[in-house]
Amino acid sequence: MEVPILKQGHYLIASIQSALTDADLSQLREALIERVGRFRARGVIVDVTALDVMDSFAVRTLRDIAHMARLRGAETVIVGIQPEVAFAMVQLGLTLKGVSTALDLEEGLLFLDHQAQLRIERGTGRIDRG
Amino acid sequence: MGDELLIPIAADTDVVTARQRGRDLAAEAGFSSGDQTVIAAAISEIARNILMYAKRGEVALSVVANGDRQGVVVVARDQGPGIRDVSRALEDGYSTSGGLGLGLPGARRLMDDFDVSSSVGKGTTVTMKKWRRMNA
Repeated sequence: MEVPILKQGHYLIASIQSALTDADLSQLREALIERVGRFRARGVIVDVTALDVMDSFAVRTLRDIAHMARLRGAETVIVGIQPEVAFAMVQLGLTLKGVSTALDLEEGLLFLDHQAQLRIERGTGRIDRG
Repeated sequence: MGDELLIPIAADTDVVTARQRGRDLAAEAGFSSGDQTVIAAAISEIARNILMYAKRGEVALSVVANGDRQGVVVVARDQGPGIRDVSRALEDGYSTSGGLGLGLPGARRLMDDFDVSSSVGKGTTVTMKKWRRMNA
């Protein structure tokens, strides 16, 4: 089950629709990292609202996505972790250390806008020739 | 002991099937959605362990009653290489697969009862249970 990736402005939005196998998760990681370059994206949102379980493989893959995207110049935010999923993650000992999270898509977009603004203020943002 | 639901594990899609069946069974048995998620996550970890270490095996799911308690029982069996040092495999961060080492210790934290029996060269059986009080 391939995860659809939408492009919105400088951001990529991956909206997970159903349960994913390990192979699906790995495929999502490759697709996002490739598209960060192809679309010169500055932000990535992974919406996990529809995920009813996050196990160690899923969490590791999300962490890899965030770290790899950052190495490619894009900031990642994971949105929509459900309360029960958060509970099970904590009990499993899974953290998303070093990865930004937000309540939902709207908050995620605000977060990325804020990050972009900070980069401009610090003078570390890319020059926009578009 | 009620009917047993047997899910063969030989591919990553089977891991998804096993945890979904586990969630459904827990829901039918009246577990809260929080507990359903916890059970599903634990099944996911041990089913993936089967794939990683033994390549194939099976997960058996059933519901048992014990006095005023009802439980979901998950048994994961394989005929893989077995675990040389079970107590070490239950330590956080210990992994021989290059994984996170969260599989067994993580699943143990999620469930109420947890037992591993393994013999090298013969295979591994993990039995884990989650309980809830009936009419609670």
